[in-house]
Amino acid sequence: MSARESGLGGNAQQKLLAFASLIVLVIGFSLASPNFFQVSNIMAILQATSVNGVLAVGVTLIIITGGIDLSIGTLMTFCAVMTGVVLTWLGMPLPLGVLTAVGTGALCGFVSGGLVARMKIPPFIATLGMMLVLKGLSLIVTGTKPIYFNDTPGFTTIAQGSLIGQIIPLPVPNGVLVLFIVAGVAAWILGRTVLGRYTFALGSNEEAVRLSGVNTEFWKIAIYTLAGAICGIAGLLIASRLNSAQPALGLGYELEAIAAVVIGGTSLSGGRGTILGTLIGALIMSVLTNGLRVLSVAPEWQTVVTGAIIIVAVYADQMRRRGRS
Amino acid sequence: MSELVRMEAIDKSFPGVHALKSVNFDLHSGEVHALMGENGAGKSTLMKVLSGVYEPDSGRVFVDGQEVKLPTPKAAQDLGIGIIHQELALMRDLTVAQNIWIGREPRLSFGRIDEAKLNADAAAIFASMHIRMDPRTPVEGLTIARQQMVEIAKALSYRSRVLIMDEPTAALNDAEIAELFAIIRRLKAEGVGIIYISHKMDEIKQISDRVTVMRDGAYVGTVVADETPISKIISMMVGRELKDEAVTIPDLSRAETALEVIDVSRGKELKNISFSLKKGEILGFAGLMGAGRTELARAIFGAEPIDSGEIRVHGRPVRINSPAEAVRAGIGYLSEDRKHYGLALGMDVRANIAMASLRRHSDAIGRIDEAALAKIAKDYIAKLAIRTPSDRQELRLLSGGNQQKVVIAKWLLRDCDILIFDEPTRGIDVGAKAEIYRLLNELAAQGKAIIVISSELPEVLRLSHRIAVMCEGRLTGILPGGADQEKIMALATERNGKTAA
Repeated sequence: MSARESGLGGNAQQKLLAFASLIVLVIGFSLASPNFFQVSNIMAILQATSVNGVLAVGVTLIIITGGIDLSIGTLMTFCAVMTGVVLTWLGMPLPLGVLTAVGTGALCGFVSGGLVARMKIPPFIATLGMMLVLKGLSLIVTGTKPIYFNDTPGFTTIAQGSLIGQIIPLPVPNGVLVLFIVAGVAAWILGRTVLGRYTFALGSNEEAVRLSGVNTEFWKIAIYTLAGAICGIAGLLIASRLNSAQPALGLGYELEAIAAVVIGGTSLSGGRGTILGTLIGALIMSVLTNGLRVLSVAPEWQTVVTGAIIIVAVYADQMRRRGRS
Repeated sequence: MSELVRMEAIDKSFPGVHALKSVNFDLHSGEVHALMGENGAGKSTLMKVLSGVYEPDSGRVFVDGQEVKLPTPKAAQDLGIGIIHQELALMRDLTVAQNIWIGREPRLSFGRIDEAKLNADAAAIFASMHIRMDPRTPVEGLTIARQQMVEIAKALSYRSRVLIMDEPTAALNDAEIAELFAIIRRLKAEGVGIIYISHKMDEIKQISDRVTVMRDGAYVGTVVADETPISKIISMMVGRELKDEAVTIPDLSRAETALEVIDVSRGKELKNISFSLKKGEILGFAGLMGAGRTELARAIFGAEPIDSGEIRVHGRPVRINSPAEAVRAGIGYLSEDRKHYGLALGMDVRANIAMASLRRHSDAIGRIDEAALAKIAKDYIAKLAIRTPSDRQELRLLSGGNQQKVVIAKWLLRDCDILIFDEPTRGIDVGAKAEIYRLLNELAAQGKAIIVISSELPEVLRLSHRIAVMCEGRLTGILPGGADQEKIMALATERNGKTAA
């Protein structure tokens, strides 16, 4: 994997398949229902992608190192809850709430990273534990009741407002803007920085990196911390969209995010992957959900189709790789 | 002795490579026939044809005088052709017997496995090999040598009359090799034909009856092992006579001391090791497998902790608890296992060369200066004559020798002035070896302090200015360069102060 392939604009061939599937889905749904390809519906799809997309970008970083993070869903919720505590209960100003969300995420990511890198607990187990711990903490802190943000003016605009809509006549929600900014920064980090290089190197051959004199523990913790901070941003987005921190929410989001990463062509065994692929993967999932809903397919069938798509996507990726080698 | 196998004019091409060019080979029952050649000569491909992995493009294979087709490994097995691969393919969590009969388990009713028969049958095979082995032992707990015996038993369980062994002694110590040879001799006596692939000349002389040499996919010739001197076999392999260059030992009496290791111990692996190394010196480490040389290197490099002792770099005591600290002290380690410990094979040449030096070529917020690294990478590609189409080529597509050069470039870029080479030419063919030797000599001439660990005595002799010999975790002696092999072997087998050899 070279740095070129890791950037947002990365190797076209790798994502061609996913991208083509996305186009086919969009065209298919547009032909099947006149309600699908409407500005309002497209915006709804993008808005629905924002939270899952941000989470998926975060977990992409971890998966490229050869790890996994199951705690991202409940971490997102915990970040939203802590933001509620700071803004609603303590009445602090909005910027401090934003800082709380990102800070909480980074701190929890740091803990997960420490468990994995320093204490050598397998990522699956360490983050499974974190997932449950954070779910419990969210319920304990809130006393199982949602925290509403009615007292914080402008909180809902974080995700629902439209800065872009004020400039051009296209009401792109801020949540989507945030997703693209997060994705852009993550792609830049992966493609252009030392942290990004080590992310790929760790996934490619961790022991070789260590024996090159690189402090692998430090960098691994840094990657988990960064991914945690990104989950914090997802927490802000979901809280803003719901105008509340829902402590019972969160479980299941991690699997949707991981599914998006996998559909986007990132290898679960580490060493290769792209942010652009993850974005496409997240879009495929929300286009599918939305399109099936527009066609009035029952929700239970939507789940079945999503599952099948994941399997087909990974199988196609395997076939492509076998063909190459 | 009757003819067991004959391969005639075997030809095989892969996209871009003519791997086998009309190769002939035959095997008699009750003989050990060595197959030799440099890496890439086509030995493995030929054996894959014989064991049914590859189908040849043309040519004929006869077993017992009958022409046969070997479209699948199963077909080869059914004809009694068994192969023991270099990388053992056992399931670690299953027992010895379960491994031997995998896929052919004796059944009882309702699909239950007849474990009693399974174990008894396995025990019978080991009895016929005159080996004590409990078939119920999990494979995980066995040494590599014992695992190999399981593989042999497995091959015999197919009633193999032809046994192909691909570098069977690569990971064995002397005692284990002796036991393996005893088994081979017994199998021979029972009429089994054995094809033996190895790079070790002394073994070939010891065990084989005939030697066939291949070069660049072509058959070179077959000779009788007893009547042919080693130099003749080598010249057949490389296509020219290799002259043994005598080592020239530079005068280092006024050179600065680069590294001092004082009384270093760890567990049972390293016992009170002390030595020093000067700038510009190549110190060779000889010893048998398991003597503790790699462990010593990893201890100096901080990859494993030491219990006691001191390490000084340029006269200053340093505490080295991790490879990161060793690198900061200017020590670089080139692992014996490049693929696992030295390189990120999926990444490109440039990224691998930069791996240890990224922080020096990035700014405060961690942006990598790719332009500078591209220039540096191209510099090293030219300087070390790394054969690669570009600095963006993925490392897995390079040959072993060129991969090794990339590792060397990585440490040179990091300005390490103490370099530890652990088996620097393992898996590298004869031509590329000479280039690595030349490179090491140049590095020493530039003032680098170099440690070379090698299991090949000729390599140690050819490179070292001084030779340190280890046995069972102790440094048993340091000899001047060019010392004779008997002295080195005596020190290498000096168990607890007594010479065993």
